[in-house]
Amino acid sequence: MPFDYLSTATLANIYIGLLGLAVLLYAILDGYDLGVGVLFPPRNEGFRDTMIASIGPYWDANETWLVLAVGLLLIAFPSAHSQILQALYLPATFMLLGLILRGVAFDFRAKVIATHKRKWDLTFKYGSLLTTLSQGYMLGIYVTGLRTDLWAQCFALLAAFGVTAAYMFIGACWLILKTEGELQRKAFQWAKRGLWVLSIGIVAVSVANLTLHSEVRELWLGTSMGFVLAAIPVACFAFLGLCGLVLARLPQAKGKGEWLPFMIALLVFFLNFLALGLSYYPYVIPGQVTILEALSDSDSLRFLLVGTAIVVPCILAYTVLVYRIFSGKAEQLTYY
Amino acid sequence: MDALILSRLQFGLNISFHILFPTITIALGWYLFYFKLRSDMSGHPVWMRIYRFWVRVFALTFALGVVSGVTMSFQFGTNWPGFMETVGNVAGPLLGYEVLTAFFLEATFLGIMLFGIRRVPNWLHTLSTLIVAVGTTLSAFWILALNSWMQTPQGHEVIEGIAYARDWSAIIFNPSFPYRLSHTLLASGLTASFLIAGLSAYRTLKGDNKLAPKIAIKTATYTASILIPLQIFAGDLHGLNTLEHQPQKVAAMEGIWETRQGVPLLLFAIPDEAKRTNHWELPVPNGASLILTHHMNGEIKGLNEFRGQHPPVAPVFFSFRIMVGMGMLMLLVAWAGSVYLLKQKPMPVWMLKWLALMTFSGWIATLAGWYVTEVGRQPYLVSGVLKTADAVTQIPPENVGLSFSLYLLLYLFLLVSYITTLRLICQRAVNIEEISDEERLSAQPARVEGMPPLSDKGADNAI
Repeated sequence: MPFDYLSTATLANIYIGLLGLAVLLYAILDGYDLGVGVLFPPRNEGFRDTMIASIGPYWDANETWLVLAVGLLLIAFPSAHSQILQALYLPATFMLLGLILRGVAFDFRAKVIATHKRKWDLTFKYGSLLTTLSQGYMLGIYVTGLRTDLWAQCFALLAAFGVTAAYMFIGACWLILKTEGELQRKAFQWAKRGLWVLSIGIVAVSVANLTLHSEVRELWLGTSMGFVLAAIPVACFAFLGLCGLVLARLPQAKGKGEWLPFMIALLVFFLNFLALGLSYYPYVIPGQVTILEALSDSDSLRFLLVGTAIVVPCILAYTVLVYRIFSGKAEQLTYY
Repeated sequence: MDALILSRLQFGLNISFHILFPTITIALGWYLFYFKLRSDMSGHPVWMRIYRFWVRVFALTFALGVVSGVTMSFQFGTNWPGFMETVGNVAGPLLGYEVLTAFFLEATFLGIMLFGIRRVPNWLHTLSTLIVAVGTTLSAFWILALNSWMQTPQGHEVIEGIAYARDWSAIIFNPSFPYRLSHTLLASGLTASFLIAGLSAYRTLKGDNKLAPKIAIKTATYTASILIPLQIFAGDLHGLNTLEHQPQKVAAMEGIWETRQGVPLLLFAIPDEAKRTNHWELPVPNGASLILTHHMNGEIKGLNEFRGQHPPVAPVFFSFRIMVGMGMLMLLVAWAGSVYLLKQKPMPVWMLKWLALMTFSGWIATLAGWYVTEVGRQPYLVSGVLKTADAVTQIPPENVGLSFSLYLLLYLFLLVSYITTLRLICQRAVNIEEISDEERLSAQPARVEGMPPLSDKGADNAI
């Protein structure tokens, strides 16, 4: 068997790293297309058509990162997978219903009679919203260590709005990059508003997070590591501030640097994810189950790692290829 | 109702709804590649029209397949925790390889295939069409490897109730895999063929005299005529393989209670599990022995050999008859259609009506076939390793009941939307004005096949 030299602990780290990568890429990639969905303006069909065109070639592959993330959890940490998904049964069901509705609405809207198009557009909007709220709620309950008490529920609700705000913000940044004219001006407004909501959300969730687990509190507020770790929130808010400046100046920049807000959003996502990951490593269920306790058979993981080492670079390469092919402003979508 | 029966209903509903769409897209992907290739080689605009019509159907079908598939990856954990906890070491990597090698490939290149034709060189667009077809087929390869392993497991070792993988090539190429893979891929070919022929016939019946639906009917009917005898042959081999490895499933398919020689083939019967006998039998003497053992007096084991270890008989028995009956009907319709095509006569209205009626015949046969094999595996989830009842969730039944009701309503709504949208796509195609293909044809004496390239690509404005 290849990779025989990898110890169980190393395998656990590799797989939690891969899982983290899949979740992060999912949050960024499907994040912006979910955000575009939540931002869907009910009263402006022209905007909606362009917004759909801006995510058309990508959304399907974006969603696949969720399947990979759930798959990796299932494969590498099966007992955690079943424990988490049984605890989150109803929110997971609502998330799936949301994903189904928005996924099919995307296609139906282009093919039905004109009078039904708006109904599918609204299905797309509210399906996206249902998805983002459910994902935030699930993230919240997960972070508490699958608690069900009132405080955990409140924290999860806070996370639901936080995640939705984050997706709307990155969605708006995506639209700044991919659109022009009136819609782009609208996207600037959305991004500015989103920036405020997101900043408040990050503070609220981070503070609330410190109340959940004593280990996390010690990690962030304790003396030794605290100073190093403090760099993360400092950097995060520096970026958010920079984004505010950029958003104020860009409309006069005649199309230059339109990629900046999206890049900053991406970095903010990364930093928040990093903070979350550092808070709970080496747990796969916070405060409950560690990655080593939940790890499945090492030989099976080595077998899958062979394919992963070959295929994941290919996936990243052709994903980049597709983003290059469709770079530039979104065009009207025509099936060919 | 308890969580077990509700979870089974829910998973059955989900997987039944899901399979409708991949069973179309796997083969439709290859059809699209063929249409695109013909377009590239002949340069005749009609092939691109056919391509563009069917790529719409593909996009819609693919989207429904994706969203219903995502649901299933969650349900392993939500409803069947015991599945992954017991056989996860085997099932996990197979699912992992499916996601890594197939899902990303098809989802990413689908973007280029649907929206990229003006942005990429034509060869890359054709290649993307091919890659999407390869992706859907690879996906079938991995998921059927897992499903077949659940039917005929090997290459693993059970230690303290948990399965450990020992030989991956034995696991992947388990005894029922080659048969199930070919049977399923042929089923997909037939489903897509009848869909293409059926919707094109519907367009023609609605007064669409353009060339595109005529060529589509021809391509699909000929393909179906070739695939259906292959499918009957593959199905027979699959049946023999099942007899060897899962005799109790075959006994349920044939409604055989007692082990004996010279077993009749039951064209119809009503199995009575309480009394362990059949009513209203319509037998063909020695038929089952002949088909299953290829001897008039071959011995077949009956269900009574497997008391408490065999599947519920009636669903398996009737599903099998529906599948075979549908297959026979497909054979008749495809061959009758081919006779008209070979004689180069226009199809009469009744023939077109039959094709239109058979549009979704592949769905019925595919579902019935899957019910035979999946219900036929019960009471096991993984034959001899894990019982279905031992894998089920601890979630309160009310929650499962709620999610099941929501899924049921949503899927019914989506199914109706899908079919009405297909009809609408057809009606739109009928109504689009265009330069008559017949006019082009009258200038070009050649027949459809091997048509010489036409120079006037600019008029390529309609479907």
